[in-house]
Amino acid sequence: MAKEKKRKQPASDAAPPQGDEGEGRRERKGKKAKKDKADAILPSQIKNKDKRSELHSKIKREKKAEKRKLARERSQAIRRAEELGEQPPERQVPRTIENTREPDETVCRPDDQELFAGNDADEFNDVLKQHMIPKVLITTCRFNSGRGPAFIEELMQVIPNSHYVKRGTYELKKIVEYAKNRDFTSLIVVHTNRREPDALLIIGLPDGPTAHFKLSKLVLRKDIKNHGNPTSHKPELVLNNFTTRLGHRVGRMIQSLFPQDPNFRGRRVVTFHNQRDYIFFRHHRYIFETKESKVASKDKKAKTSESKSQPEKQVICRLQECGPRFTLKLLTLQHGTFDTKSGEYEWVHKPDMDTSRRRFFL
Amino acid sequence: MSDDVIWHCIRHNHCSFMAKITTGIFCRNPYNATGICNRSSCPLANSRYATIRDHDGIFYLYMKTAERAHLPNKLWERVKLPRNYEKAMDVINKHLEFWPKLLVHKIKQRLTKMTQYRIRMKKLQLKVREKVMTMPRKQTQRDLRRLEKAEKAAQLEKNIESELKERLKKGVYGDIYNVPFKEFDEVLDMERDEVVLEEEDEEEGEVEYVEGDDMEEMDHMDDMEDFEGLSDGGTDEDDHLDDQVPKKPKGSGSNLKQNAGERSRKVMTEVEQDEETNTRQMTRM
Repeated sequence: MAKEKKRKQPASDAAPPQGDEGEGRRERKGKKAKKDKADAILPSQIKNKDKRSELHSKIKREKKAEKRKLARERSQAIRRAEELGEQPPERQVPRTIENTREPDETVCRPDDQELFAGNDADEFNDVLKQHMIPKVLITTCRFNSGRGPAFIEELMQVIPNSHYVKRGTYELKKIVEYAKNRDFTSLIVVHTNRREPDALLIIGLPDGPTAHFKLSKLVLRKDIKNHGNPTSHKPELVLNNFTTRLGHRVGRMIQSLFPQDPNFRGRRVVTFHNQRDYIFFRHHRYIFETKESKVASKDKKAKTSESKSQPEKQVICRLQECGPRFTLKLLTLQHGTFDTKSGEYEWVHKPDMDTSRRRFFL
Repeated sequence: MSDDVIWHCIRHNHCSFMAKITTGIFCRNPYNATGICNRSSCPLANSRYATIRDHDGIFYLYMKTAERAHLPNKLWERVKLPRNYEKAMDVINKHLEFWPKLLVHKIKQRLTKMTQYRIRMKKLQLKVREKVMTMPRKQTQRDLRRLEKAEKAAQLEKNIESELKERLKKGVYGDIYNVPFKEFDEVLDMERDEVVLEEEDEEEGEVEYVEGDDMEEMDHMDDMEDFEGLSDGGTDEDDHLDDQVPKKPKGSGSNLKQNAGERSRKVMTEVEQDEETNTRQMTRM
């Protein structure tokens, strides 16, 4: 954020607000003169350290003063506009990576009929329309140790109706067959490397897609400070920021792991938040509270009785984290079930996709 | 050149195929039938020699005789061996009918060994294996950096909270959380009396249970009743009930608070209690 602000500064110099045109121009001239001076002798050109640091600090001070002055001018402009009853000048919006994202034609608009039609025809429709109850099989790679078993245990508490089956020496294709015959709707393979879970393979069954995620930053429940313990209620799901076609597909895939009729009384929420192609998983318990003053919120019974007299109050939501915390990154999305040799890939992450930090696919 | 002279040179001067290691002296020549460096199994020092070689899974019987020793390009006579082990044996028997018994035996041994390893190779090829991939350090490091920044930009807790509040406003939770709504006040005002009545109904059974369980407590309660009775001026029975009513919700209220607090231990029991209170809210509504 700080970086964005810094970058923003020169831009605002170049295009000052319409109201004080003259002021801006004068200032620009002043700045230019200063710049010329600075160009004449850069601090780095001076060899004497004392002199160099002196000049450097001077330039820094000037810059800071300039910045403060601009900020003051802006606030004054707002105040003036308020006094005059005019429209206040527009607030500057910091440039973030999110709002300068490279345009992507697959970003879905809410009125995208084609998307909805596609959604109705896809593999998850049965589960999401509640024709089927999701049933998840969890297994591991061949050698599972370290934090893998603990992670699976917590994953099973997060996903209702999930069953763990030991991998043994079976091939993945055999396991897919096994799961298909037993009416599982998805299969999760937790891959561990050097005793650390490092990849997640989610396979939709019987013919759903196969998504391969990189798993990183895993924190187990016992390592989370002040963690809560989840109940066995069906959790509700929050899927944030899945915007593109691919994102929708992945989102629906994740959604199909969970039952579609959450137990709201359990007050459990499982979040998959997509930010810059990283999918953050969090698991919380929550509670809604009304907050007027600190005394009132302390005692719920007292508050409800008092609330009649004090109509002004605010709903807040308090969270307590429980369960694992990890981050996923999509590596491949494959059409059909797991088949590396002859499978058709819908999307594969390639190194040349990483060349811009403003290009996202989910 | 006679075989003995060659053997003498090879053994005592130099042979480029010879490999001396601690376990013995071996031969690297591809035509060697046994792989051991000695007089009888040296393909160079024997003018009459036979071996089996493998060309991409097809076995050939190679034979050389003293008659062709002067033609290096036609030195070896090659016969393709059938895939079937028995038939291959027959072919060997036919071609090496009058050859020294030791050489024939060595070749048959070699055929057995090669057939076995061909079978094993096929099996291994059919087996599914994990592929080992490299993880370029540069990419993983870059990924980690971007991940950390993305996590900061995500403001997860804030986003989740706002999403949940949004859901609450939309009414996803139905009437579980009636507390925060504006309507709640009005409804509460309207049904205030009803609520009290309902709660009384609910608690009646519980009171009876307490009485039956512990007599001393009941006595104590009676004492309390006297005080209450003075202030309210109602009948004894009703007072008794009223006394019980506020007690229970207070407990549940504090439990609720604990529930949301950071360190709650008895989660299971609390939640159950919480459900009770929720159901009561439902009945109120």
